[in-house]
Amino acid sequence: MNEAALYEYVLRMSDDSLILGQRLGEWCGHGPILEEDIAMTNIALDLVGQAISLYDFAVLLEGKDRDHDQLAYLRYENEYKNLLLVEQPNGDFAMTMLRQFFFDAFRLPLFEFLEKSPVEQLAAIAQKSLKETRYHLKHSSEWVIRLGDGTEESHRRAQAAVDHLWRYTHELFYENQHDVELQENGLVPKLSDVQASWMITVQEVLKEATLAIPTNNWKFEGGREGRHSEHMGYILSELQYMQRAYPNMEW
Amino acid sequence: MVDSSQIRNYLNEVSDPEIPVLSVLDLGVIQQIYLDSDQWVIELTPTYSGCPAMQQIESDILLKLNEKGINNARIKHILSPAWTTDWISKEGRKKLLLYGIAPPVDEVDKKTLFADGPRVSCPKCTSENTRMVSLFGSTACKAHYQCRECLEPFDYFKCLK
Ligand SMILES: [Zn+2]
Repeated sequence: MNEAALYEYVLRMSDDSLILGQRLGEWCGHGPILEEDIAMTNIALDLVGQAISLYDFAVLLEGKDRDHDQLAYLRYENEYKNLLLVEQPNGDFAMTMLRQFFFDAFRLPLFEFLEKSPVEQLAAIAQKSLKETRYHLKHSSEWVIRLGDGTEESHRRAQAAVDHLWRYTHELFYENQHDVELQENGLVPKLSDVQASWMITVQEVLKEATLAIPTNNWKFEGGREGRHSEHMGYILSELQYMQRAYPNMEW
Repeated sequence: MVDSSQIRNYLNEVSDPEIPVLSVLDLGVIQQIYLDSDQWVIELTPTYSGCPAMQQIESDILLKLNEKGINNARIKHILSPAWTTDWISKEGRKKLLLYGIAPPVDEVDKKTLFADGPRVSCPKCTSENTRMVSLFGSTACKAHYQCRECLEPFDYFKCLK
């Protein structure tokens, strides 16, 4: 088994979950309605929980005797391999829901495939997370439809969110030599299969939402290689504050 | 010397901190209990990945066993097979209902999108004329419902499969 490649693969998934969880958590106390405040923070908790399981596995693969907190709190910005998509600011509620929808629609088929991976621990995490992700996708896609096919104002905002975020969705399907190796060894799904499934969901939901898919092919990438947008530094300074200020603290 | 069934009995006294009427056994999160060299291993399947109650449950279990004079126990996490609401015991379902939480109903729905929420009976008046207010309730495992007959707002323990 190619442990270095798998480590990178698992680390990316953990970072995606952690950073999106952190972003969603920013809505705590600021949701447009109480129910949504609770929903977004519940989803944030699921994501952080998934990140813990994934980091635990990454630590094993890395074999350097670190623990999940060290990976989550004590790396530098360029060591995080999350998507640019998940670090984008919450914006308005439409922006948050569209960001969530693009991500959930990617995670669902990814977990469905990974559930059958011969890498046992990864399959177990996928099996567990898949059940939660079904609820996440249901929640985000229903909001995308309600906002897109809602009032003139909500439609305008939802379409603006699609137009803004679309450039970050290409990176969902980033792959390098390591990924190709893992795919050829049958350890992880072919990204093209995940992409096909993602596209079907996106087309189906955006159509129902009367939202248009942008026709430009403008791409923003870099997160997967540790090159982040300006926002990432701000996220990390908040996320890592306690560990940096009080090393090894626990609660 | 205690045996594993005795330990299992002790765990009846450990409840879910969020839903205190349910013991960890009712909840179905306890799997095998066995002796590994000189340590008792309690296998625990988490409900939701991020459920904050799980950590509390773990320390409550160890605390309870300690109270019973067993201080050589540890928790082992089991991720697969993943926990499902099917594992909540019959007894647990009754307790939920009496506590005012509608127990999970079988949702045949495997299609994620555009599916209607399940028909859930009101725990207060048993009417099926209820509506889902929010898919996410006070905790990740619950959805928020309201009864249209008696107007009671209530939690529904979501089906997780
Ligand atoms: Zn009622």
